[in-house]
Amino acid sequence: MAFKIVASQCTSCSACEAECPNVAISEKGGTFVINPKKCTECIGYFDVPQCVAVCPVDNTCVIDTSYPRYQAAR
Amino acid sequence: MHASTQQGGSTGHLVNIDAVMQQVAEHKGCGTTGGSGKASCGSSAGQNDLPPEIWEKVKNHPCYSEEAHHHYARMHVAVAPACNIQCNYCNRKYDCANESRPGVVSERLSPEQAAKKVLAVASTIPQMTVLGIAGPGDPLANPAKTFKTFELIAQTAPDIKLCLSTNGLALPDYVDEIARYNIDHVTITINMVDPEIGAKIYPWVFWEHKRYTGVEAARLLTERQLRGLEMLTERGILCKVNSVMIPGVNDQHLVEVNRAVKSRGAFLHNIMPLISAPEHGTVFGLTGQRGPTAQELKALQDACEGEMNMMRHCRQCRADAVGLLGEDRSAEFTTEKIMEMEVDYDLEGRKAYQALVEEERVAKVAAKAEELAGLEGADADISLLVAVATKGSGLINEHFGHAKEFQVYELSAKGAKFVGHRRVDLYCQGGYGDEDSLATVIRAINDCHAVFVAKIGGCPKADLTAAGIEPVEQYAHEFIEKSAIAWFKDYLAKVASGAVTHAPRGDAAIRQGALIVAA
Repeated sequence: MAFKIVASQCTSCSACEAECPNVAISEKGGTFVINPKKCTECIGYFDVPQCVAVCPVDNTCVIDTSYPRYQAAR
Repeated sequence: MHASTQQGGSTGHLVNIDAVMQQVAEHKGCGTTGGSGKASCGSSAGQNDLPPEIWEKVKNHPCYSEEAHHHYARMHVAVAPACNIQCNYCNRKYDCANESRPGVVSERLSPEQAAKKVLAVASTIPQMTVLGIAGPGDPLANPAKTFKTFELIAQTAPDIKLCLSTNGLALPDYVDEIARYNIDHVTITINMVDPEIGAKIYPWVFWEHKRYTGVEAARLLTERQLRGLEMLTERGILCKVNSVMIPGVNDQHLVEVNRAVKSRGAFLHNIMPLISAPEHGTVFGLTGQRGPTAQELKALQDACEGEMNMMRHCRQCRADAVGLLGEDRSAEFTTEKIMEMEVDYDLEGRKAYQALVEEERVAKVAAKAEELAGLEGADADISLLVAVATKGSGLINEHFGHAKEFQVYELSAKGAKFVGHRRVDLYCQGGYGDEDSLATVIRAINDCHAVFVAKIGGCPKADLTAAGIEPVEQYAHEFIEKSAIAWFKDYLAKVASGAVTHAPRGDAAIRQGALIVAA
């Protein structure tokens, strides 16, 4: 259902915050976090998840497997 | 954003100095005027070499005028952490407080904190005339924070020049806004105009909600950089182009970049050595891509100089640097400290101080002009480099042992010309001590015939002399250029009388690592 940010890899550059179409990303404790209730994996907005596309550190914005994958209302 | 180290073993082919030197020989000398009519002889150009309106813009901007950088200071505020491209010489995760290079900062500021910091610094350092936003990401990937900061500073400190440094990807979208905020100096980092070469430097760019990779990414980037440059120069905004010299990747190509940016009206070209120490964790650091040697860098800068103004005094500073270019006083202005400071913005006091700086500057230029007399008939075949220990103001005023860097001047029948600087401060990683530090200095200025200092101890003096570098103390606290020319005249006289035999010297290492903050 959502992406998450691997805190140990986050550089806190804030690039993802501005790109998120769901305003799901905010700063918390020095790094950025994704609110899983708001994240739609960018489905309905963009072809690719924006946080993944803009993040300067590979494999930092990743699928949070503790949630089921997001299914857009069709 | 950019940053290099010679680690002994090297990869990538050697720069073909002969090819570059051929281009030097072919260039038509200084004073070439291009489409823009802006180019003149070197960024060290003084008042007489530049149109008055341009001189007015650069005369107290340390990054745009070599001459000004001895006298005026700048500061960067780190309000722009996000970036929209990835460069192989940048690693955003690396952040050491003792590290000095682009893309690195110790703390990020809000626009309000940045405005407060500018006032605090301007009150403490009256010769601080320029405020730049250079990251640590890209200012135009953080437009709201960047322009809010400029707006606040324009209100409270109207005498401070505003500038920004960008990778250029978003530039065409913000040119009007840049003009609206009276930002009259913009630096664009352009490392290539050929997307095939660009693909070796940039793994990806993020544009209009999509990540582009490879040649496609580089094509997008170069098109937008060049369009942005044209749009700025059309509006009369002074543009500097920064290029990172990456041996074997874009070294020869930068001559072409130089032509491309000149034809679009760029005012100044700053070719910087790649910083690629493995401990920085950049792609180039990890793949063992080496940076250029001092002579390779100089040969390329010389080759491009016939085309346009070259900047050779860049210190590749941090996105939160404060002070004269060769110093870093950022540790004095942490957020914690500035929030406690009583700030009284004394515009008149700043003006009075800067008037004194101008007097000093005029005296320096006059002294140089006077000393130049008698050099006209000098042996045109002899040109050599000398190193100078200075704390600023254009004076030989630093003790050899305290110097964190040496400024390098080329002496010839034409006079004294600033051609670069060499850092000699020590790495925070491994292997140093007093014995090693002298060896470091000698490696860094190995291509120089002499080193001018305010004072020097007996031991280093003997070692330098043994290495063939003459330590010169007799011009302590005098003007650099005047003294260097006076020494050069003596040297030529000794060569003429047969007392010394002139011989060229070897290459030197460009050393770049952590800047050790003075205790």
